[in-house]
Amino acid sequence: MKLLIANGYLIDPSLGINGGRDVLIVDGRVADVLERNDSRPQDAEVFDATGLIVAPGFIDLHVHLREPGQEYKETIATGAAAAVAGGWTSVCAMPNTDPINDNPAVTRFVIEQGEEAQLANVFPIGAITKQSAGKELAEMGEMKKAGIVAVSDDGQPVPSAGMMRRAMEYARGFNLPVVDHCQEHSLSAGGVMHEGRWSMILGLKGMPAAAEEADALRDCVLAKLTKARVHLAHISTRGALEAVRRAKELGLRVTCEVAPHHWTLTDQAVEEYDTNTKMNPPLRSPDHVGALLEGLRDGTIDAIATDHAPHHQDEKALEFDQAPFGIIGLETAVGLAFDLVHQGVIDLVRLVQLCSTNPAQIFSLAGRGSLRRDAWGDVTILDPELDWTFEASRSRSKSRNTPFDKRRFTGGPVATIVAGKTVYVHPKLKEITAGKRAELAQRR
Amino acid sequence: MMQPVFNRKHLLGIRELEVGEINHLLDTAETFRDVSRREIKKVPALRGRTVINLFFEPSTRTRTSFEIAAKRLSADAVNISVANSSVSKGETLLDTARNLEAMAPDCIVIRHSMAGAPQHLAKICSAPIVNAGDGAHEHPTQALLDALTIREHKKHIKGLNVAIIGDILHSRVARSNIYLLTKLGAKVRIAGPGTLVPAEFAELVEQGVRLEQRIEDAVTGVDVIMILRLQRERQDTAFFPSMREYAVHYGLHPEHLALAHPEAIVMHPGPINRGIEISSEIADGSRSLILDQVSNGVAVRMAVLYLLAGGGRSEVEEVIGPKSNGKRKHRETRG
Repeated sequence: MKLLIANGYLIDPSLGINGGRDVLIVDGRVADVLERNDSRPQDAEVFDATGLIVAPGFIDLHVHLREPGQEYKETIATGAAAAVAGGWTSVCAMPNTDPINDNPAVTRFVIEQGEEAQLANVFPIGAITKQSAGKELAEMGEMKKAGIVAVSDDGQPVPSAGMMRRAMEYARGFNLPVVDHCQEHSLSAGGVMHEGRWSMILGLKGMPAAAEEADALRDCVLAKLTKARVHLAHISTRGALEAVRRAKELGLRVTCEVAPHHWTLTDQAVEEYDTNTKMNPPLRSPDHVGALLEGLRDGTIDAIATDHAPHHQDEKALEFDQAPFGIIGLETAVGLAFDLVHQGVIDLVRLVQLCSTNPAQIFSLAGRGSLRRDAWGDVTILDPELDWTFEASRSRSKSRNTPFDKRRFTGGPVATIVAGKTVYVHPKLKEITAGKRAELAQRR
Repeated sequence: MMQPVFNRKHLLGIRELEVGEINHLLDTAETFRDVSRREIKKVPALRGRTVINLFFEPSTRTRTSFEIAAKRLSADAVNISVANSSVSKGETLLDTARNLEAMAPDCIVIRHSMAGAPQHLAKICSAPIVNAGDGAHEHPTQALLDALTIREHKKHIKGLNVAIIGDILHSRVARSNIYLLTKLGAKVRIAGPGTLVPAEFAELVEQGVRLEQRIEDAVTGVDVIMILRLQRERQDTAFFPSMREYAVHYGLHPEHLALAHPEAIVMHPGPINRGIEISSEIADGSRSLILDQVSNGVAVRMAVLYLLAGGGRSEVEEVIGPKSNGKRKHRETRG
């Protein structure tokens, strides 16, 4: 099976390519990247990418797919459908399911469900500790053999520094990155939003930035001690970012990701007590948001990850204190990343680095995040001019918990290809490319 | 006919109110105060209307005050007390609201331990919602009755110095009062243990709030001292070492009163913890307006219910009958 993605504008930082190229995928793998005047194979199916950006498939390092155990919120199949509709060819599934992914049986189940859905690649993340209880190490070696790509106790961060040290030392032996949701529980317990002027106004219990910052510093110190690969999940504070910046200066193997809602919204968004503004880490004050934008600009932030966290509408319809943390994010992330491009915070090359090149390296996903020969034929195709509105009611996710319903975007994914198979196309792709062709013809 | 100055559907907090709206509420309350002083304490203003008092948190004073207010307006008042378990596994607030809504109430008064619960209700109910206290967020009728009490004794609020002392962090009374008093031109200082007086309060309002470490500094020269109830039930962890230490360092004692303006008044939202946040000499003394606050509470709640559940049908004067000149004059001066 041959697929030629023709006439597009290829951005692949791993190859140093930023220009017009055609990509040939044969039997699921990249066979060649062709210059415009190279001869094209005559027997390939052609995907016309005129006026579109062609990028190595986007990889989301942080999603909650809820299966097994909470299929009323999301299943691996619905989550993967939302992923490809949002331009993601791969998603990395956090282990806080029911049962928790702390053993190879659950790992294999997640992988099988992912394969059955035949949409995005689903890479499981294993628990750091059994039951994510923070007491005993989970069987990282066995889970790695079964297919995990990292370990994390996301949602219930390892509270003890001593335990975290052991986890890092042990994970290092399997070359597994340790992903931490940085939060010093004794500072954040009971909090439902960022602690600051708005939490005082709203009378809601706050989580101080210091809770994240203290734990981020701890993890960086432990990364130095253990030489482990440490990845800080969805950082949201200036202090955590500074910790990462310093760790990188010291040459430690520390990386970090940021979630789109954290650079898009501030804690003021909680004003109306909309539970779709309740997430953990919480939306922060403008100073922290400014620091994140700076981190995106200067490269301290390595990856964009959604922290896609579906919840049933009945759960989110509770009082603010009672509602669970989290929002869905797979279908809005790329649109929100384009906002950064339009605001001049990042350019398109950096966008691809943040969504594909770097995530593949952070979790050592072989043959992903690059369209070099023999890499997987995972491709995200974007229209930087696409004018679209996100409708939560039409989300592929099972859940609707988003603060971005009815939000208008400029730029977004129009097709998603996984191992050479087109798994998502924008419903109006034909009109979009026809328009681009006409525009191009006129300009000539 | 004058345009009504308060046409909000709900009373959820003070923060969003305009100065004109606050004054209109206070003026209306002043008019209704008269009714409670009559032999027949009832006017037909809300005859045939139903007011539901939905209390998710134990409260005697506020619930009774709303109930009496509704009854003096001839409304049918229904009290619903929902057993207060924070993780109630029964009906959700949403379902409770939908069921009540189906019975077509004209107003729902809600008290809830969680901030934002009244806002939540307001999004789904067509009946007007009155916030009777939500978590650490707001308690608008308390701030209004406090303002009415201050106005009664000081004639004005603009330019007054007010000290609010105690557990500011968990206090909805402090928040609503800070908004209301600063909107009406008073200067507010707050004091209490460092664990209960967050620095963020300094910038809670545009006008700013003065933070003091010591109660002595907070009360010096002030016209009004508001003591907050120490709400042990709202504190999930220990914020100070002992009640004894609190009483010594943050309780209001007669020597503090000597530092305040000679005609300073003392207020407390009740119920008081005698000998803890306020000494009995002060609570029962001549400067204390604690019982005036309670009386004014009924008047304020009558005004709120009237304006939300039945207001606009007719002028206040038409429903409550002839009134004394003094009050009439006051209304006119506000024009």
